[in-house]
Amino acid sequence: MAQVSVKDVSKVHVSIKGEPVLALHEVSFQVENNEFFSIVGPSGCGKTTLLNLLAGFERPTRGELRVGGGLITEPGWERAVVFQEYALFPWYTVAQNIAYGLKRKKLPEAEQRRLVDHYVGLVGLRGFEKRYPRELSGGMRQRVSIARALAVDPAILLMDEPFASLDIQTREFMQDELLKIWQRERKTVIFVTHSIDEAIKLSDRVAIMTPRPGHIEEIKTVDSARPRDMTQPAMVQLAAEVKRWLRQQLFESTPA
Amino acid sequence: MDGDLGVRLEVDTRAPRGTGRDAASPESLSRLAASMVPPSPPAWRRALVQLLHLWLLVLFVVVWELASVLGERLNPQLSIMLPPPTAVFSAAQDLIGRGVLLTHIADSLRRVLVAVGAAAALGVPLGLAMGWSSAFRRAMDPLIEFIRPIPPLAWIPLSILWFGIGDTQNEYIIFLAAFFPVVLNSMAGARDVDTYLVRAGLSLGARRRDLFLTVVLPGSLPNIFTGLRVGLGIGWMALVAGELVAAPTGLGYMINNARTLFRSDYILLGMVLIGLLGLVLDFLMRQVARLAMPWYQGR
Repeated sequence: MAQVSVKDVSKVHVSIKGEPVLALHEVSFQVENNEFFSIVGPSGCGKTTLLNLLAGFERPTRGELRVGGGLITEPGWERAVVFQEYALFPWYTVAQNIAYGLKRKKLPEAEQRRLVDHYVGLVGLRGFEKRYPRELSGGMRQRVSIARALAVDPAILLMDEPFASLDIQTREFMQDELLKIWQRERKTVIFVTHSIDEAIKLSDRVAIMTPRPGHIEEIKTVDSARPRDMTQPAMVQLAAEVKRWLRQQLFESTPA
Repeated sequence: MDGDLGVRLEVDTRAPRGTGRDAASPESLSRLAASMVPPSPPAWRRALVQLLHLWLLVLFVVVWELASVLGERLNPQLSIMLPPPTAVFSAAQDLIGRGVLLTHIADSLRRVLVAVGAAAALGVPLGLAMGWSSAFRRAMDPLIEFIRPIPPLAWIPLSILWFGIGDTQNEYIIFLAAFFPVVLNSMAGARDVDTYLVRAGLSLGARRRDLFLTVVLPGSLPNIFTGLRVGLGIGWMALVAGELVAAPTGLGYMINNARTLFRSDYILLGMVLIGLLGLVLDFLMRQVARLAMPWYQGR
């Protein structure tokens, strides 16, 4: 049985004017255990809405989302979230941010300290434990956010454009780091991005979403060993294929 | 574009100094940074530089003095209409000598602190609750917005009926002035807490009380302190109204009393002291905010 199962999910938002808007329409897919699964699409295609449903922040209007067979009804530890703008608590230090979920899990103090130390090391932030988030760079903040999510030992890591606000060098570096962490910790990752290259570089499978209403049109399997060199012909070709396909869906089906 | 420009790019493949990931600790880097800037000047010099910034204030006092003294020569009545700073100063000496000025100051401070303390104790929880629960906000909002425009002065007759004559009545008037800024800013604080922080808290297992104490409350603190600063300022401004009725002491009383005695030097002294002490109170409140929110500095 697939670990995550999304079945015929539709979501209606109410716009500011009070009109109902179909944000997602009959979205279905499954994600296997330990899979790195990306959802890629242009901004406004509903991918963040989909992630919010998976996180349990919102409920679907139709259809159902399941994890390990159980319905998703509220946020929880087994689905930790890494947000685009990090969402670190500004009033807590790096160590306190990472310990936040551990405290809520009511782990013994010594175990909390051990885990905080482990994840601080894993994301390469030794020596910064007592800093406040505002004292860190964007890349370092995102590492704290990843460490905080991993520390609660989630089965699934939900990542919402986590590297979108980083500069290109930091971004590529963080992608490599994420892959290393993923290979070491063996988590299921559901990764939302608008970057096709990023999705292909990282993922086992890439779901392609089209907007208005948000719908998953196609899921591509990336069959290539990691680390992937995005300048290799096979990768370039796959990326070009996805881009061409997405452009067709976006601009040739609707009048410009 | 192409062609030999006579420049050869040399790539330094050694690890960059001091920037490698496992290079110097943050502590040793901050020591390095400190060694690169000149030491800060001694405290007395910094204080002197700060004082030099007050030139406009000094000029203001000098112009005031000259205007009053010269004006008095033209028209003797002017000494009553605008006594010079020196007259205000000797009024202060006079009242200190009679041992009453410090009592006025202490009693006014006590009344304002009691009133603003009460405004904080009631206003902060009420405002946070209104910001947190939109149902509660919708119920409270009309009531708050209906009472808010009523000036504290208008409450004086009723407050005398309710509290009689004494400190409580004085404090109630000051409380009314301070209460609404505290409520409204606390409400804005709880309302404006970043949705993503609330969601992060939820997904990390925080619920209800825990979520409120670890996310909503600290997230509201900057606005709460803004409310307390404004509330303290307006409460202090309401001092004269607060001590209008039957207060036996206080700076507001002093001003009201001097009015009946035609002592404009005492009136100005009261005004100057209210201004100076207001400045000090606001400074102290900002220090409390800094201590309460070490993570918020520099913004």
